[in-house]
Amino acid sequence: MEKLALSDEILLQIDKPARYIGGEVNMVRKDPGKVELRFAMCFPDVYEIGMSHLGIQILYDMLNRREDTYCERVYSPWPDLHKIMKERDIPLFTLETQSPVGEMDFLGITIQYEMCYTNILQILDLSKIPLHAKERTWEDPIVIGGGPCTYNPEPLADFFDIFYIGEGETRYDDLLALYKSCRAKDCTRQEFLEAAAKIPGLYVPSLYEVTYHEDGTIASFEPVKEGIPARVKKEIVMELTDTPYPTKPLVPYIKVTQDRVVLEIMRGCIRGCRFCQAGMIYRPTRERSLEQLKRWAYEMLKNTGHEEISLSSLSSSDYTKLKELVTFLIKEFQGKGINISLPSLRIDAFSLDVMRKVQDVRKSSLTFAPEAGSQRLRDVINKGLTEEVILEGAGQAFEGGWQKVKLYFMLGLPTETEEDMREIPRLAERIAERYYEIPKERRNGKCQITISTSFFVPKPFTPFQWAPMCSRDEFLDKARVVNEEVKLQLNRKSLKYNWHEADVTVLEGVFARGDRRVGRVLEQAYRNGCIFDSWTEFFDNEKWLSAFAETGISMDFYNSRVRDTEELLPWDFIDCGVSREFLKREWEKAQKGIVTPNCRMQCSGCGAMQFEGGVCFEDKN
Amino acid sequence: MKIRIKFAKYGIMRFIGHLDMVRYFQKAMRRADIDIAYSEGYSPHQIMSFAAPLGVGITSEGEYMDIEVHSSKSSEEALRALNEVMAEGVSVLEYRKLPEGAKNAMSSVAAADYLVYYKEENPGGATPLAGEAILPEPSAPSGETVLPEPSAPAGRIPLSELSHALEAFFRGQEEILITKQTKKGEKTVDLKPLIYDLQVVDLKEVEPLHKLQALDLKEFNTLRGLPDVEEKLDKPWLPGQGVGFYMKVCTGSTDNVKPEQVLIAFSEYCRATGACGFRFVPFHMQTHRMEIYAQRDGELIPLGNFGQEIA
Repeated sequence: MEKLALSDEILLQIDKPARYIGGEVNMVRKDPGKVELRFAMCFPDVYEIGMSHLGIQILYDMLNRREDTYCERVYSPWPDLHKIMKERDIPLFTLETQSPVGEMDFLGITIQYEMCYTNILQILDLSKIPLHAKERTWEDPIVIGGGPCTYNPEPLADFFDIFYIGEGETRYDDLLALYKSCRAKDCTRQEFLEAAAKIPGLYVPSLYEVTYHEDGTIASFEPVKEGIPARVKKEIVMELTDTPYPTKPLVPYIKVTQDRVVLEIMRGCIRGCRFCQAGMIYRPTRERSLEQLKRWAYEMLKNTGHEEISLSSLSSSDYTKLKELVTFLIKEFQGKGINISLPSLRIDAFSLDVMRKVQDVRKSSLTFAPEAGSQRLRDVINKGLTEEVILEGAGQAFEGGWQKVKLYFMLGLPTETEEDMREIPRLAERIAERYYEIPKERRNGKCQITISTSFFVPKPFTPFQWAPMCSRDEFLDKARVVNEEVKLQLNRKSLKYNWHEADVTVLEGVFARGDRRVGRVLEQAYRNGCIFDSWTEFFDNEKWLSAFAETGISMDFYNSRVRDTEELLPWDFIDCGVSREFLKREWEKAQKGIVTPNCRMQCSGCGAMQFEGGVCFEDKN
Repeated sequence: MKIRIKFAKYGIMRFIGHLDMVRYFQKAMRRADIDIAYSEGYSPHQIMSFAAPLGVGITSEGEYMDIEVHSSKSSEEALRALNEVMAEGVSVLEYRKLPEGAKNAMSSVAAADYLVYYKEENPGGATPLAGEAILPEPSAPSGETVLPEPSAPAGRIPLSELSHALEAFFRGQEEILITKQTKKGEKTVDLKPLIYDLQVVDLKEVEPLHKLQALDLKEFNTLRGLPDVEEKLDKPWLPGQGVGFYMKVCTGSTDNVKPEQVLIAFSEYCRATGACGFRFVPFHMQTHRMEIYAQRDGELIPLGNFGQEIA
């Protein structure tokens, strides 16, 4: 019998013990005594979420291909177990060998969204690693962070030894080689970190100093030592075909969010929506080869036994060989008990035809993300979708038997007026009307139009990074306006409106654009008992508000202020490939409602061409 | 064609619940290229049914499931293919064709064998030696059904004393009444006619009921690239030594007996009569299912015996 870190008594009294026992199909097994490096890879959320993340699977596979390294996994213990671990002083452990995380050489944490920040502190705390990087010794693992939130790592600067800016495939070999040589030469931890800071893409926050103006804005951001680069440029893979891909991914025992084979078809997005951080930081758009994807589909289905396969990208419709790929998947796997799931397709004749083949029309729904209710505001955010296209797509779908439509919008976008908000239900109404144009005898009862709104959070490295964000009350007022307008519509019985909570959004705003000082609020919130903030059942706004009060940090400074385009922003030391000039141009065009064509229509000179590949060089070889 | 599969579930897999085991086997069937039949419709599912769901925490060497296939490899080839794709903690033991019109596994279940034994390590910290059983200090006043704290200090009972007490409990009583919580309230049930056998056993003397057929565990592990398990080769699901209770009890949808109910009743009997110091402490003991039976002509027959090897 395997030795587990938790006793039967504990495992049988907590929810879903399978979260903590490892042993899944395709788990990598190595003798920890026979490797030189031990790496704990962490997704700081519950197992079911963490196991669904493709990036972790890629890095797990990549690091374990190294003979000298054993990469294991760790996820956030659910609050029921958290409490027991604290009470009984049980250290956090890896799933593979059930070893204490504190014994690892590295603890890698992927940082996917702001509201998991307290869970990062939970991971460190339960692992008995000092929360503050400056208090760590060689007895502690090197704590390294990656993922989209590292494009503004500053709120977490005190808690990490290193941040990896960019795609994980390129620099881990360099970092691990450096680590091995530093340990062999008996270097100090500080010497290692200084050397690591010179590896492209790696940012060691303790080696930079920030000073502030009297008004609280940043005055300077400088390396404390000579030889440490002043700017950190993101690392990306230019030839996706040559990168490792986990063709034997882990198959969890319990149902996880992404319980299927995932084929990553491309990285980046050509669209350039002005609110979207992913669309900027993952530039340039790079595609994977069709032949390789076909091969992987076979291998991965065989190796996992999954009954479903899905495509992953920011905008699958823009993959140039989508038609071939989807036709192949349907032809090869349908009828063999394999479901084909197609996320984020633009609604047109092709996608409707495909969807009809792979799902039950009566049960499935169509999804549109106009993001803004009026054409004016859609132009501001550079969302290319027009009302005409939506009505045309919905019309075709209704004629084809669909009757459910989901619409996604954001409230609080820059320049938004009350008229823009009221246009949201009116657009939904016009879609409903299009449905009722179909003669009664060909209709299948009522249609169901679901409107969902989220609140807009300005993100670093987007043209809206300078924009002010609404307060909680302003957001809720906007939702009220929309709700009121929904009730005025003729077909209101076919419309349903959902809106998000505003408290969490406001916090997300602070951490998205915060500087080093907001780390104090985070720490205080954790000490007040905040964890799993992205889970409504655990989010406790009172504890957060008191953390702000106790640390004297103002939410308004980070959220409500209009930032001057000359202001030194906390993330300005990062070079994400897209230039500040481009973002500024886009911010100005946004305010005038001028749209920018997508990358395939016309290059807008964002700066990503410097990576010498991807969409910037299509048709140029 | 209907196939009956027998499997063992042990090690960390004891924490995987029944519905997740179903999902696990659905994926395993595809990995092993079993030509399983699917239902019709937009979300087709495999035609597969299990005999008697096993509770979380319990291990087993006698689980059964029936599947429907279009075509089949030989039993030996299918066993090899399935065991190649199993996770550590599941071994497929039999793969047999059912005759036309055979009752399905779930509706056949009549009885099951269990072994409930002291864990090698338990939260109390004491490791019982062979021939001894843990005796927690009685901490609750007599007559109260509260079980001792898991952390209660442990002592030991001689094996012969335990055997005598069990004999008196099982053979010497006219009825064994327990109170069951049901949806409608409390209900008194007589366990006596539902217990077919009950004995104290030395684990050293427990033979695995099932000898692996086509492959031994060592081969399984090599196939799966798992580390070698040198000891416990023939019964990886049981510790090599220790003390346990063996019982054969009524199982199924109407009169289902849980082994823990029997031991709680025994524990209360010991407390009330002073027969011996045995007290049932949850988490100190491991429940292990050994076999599931169907009834035919008044006889209990292992479910697997209804199938035939495919050459």
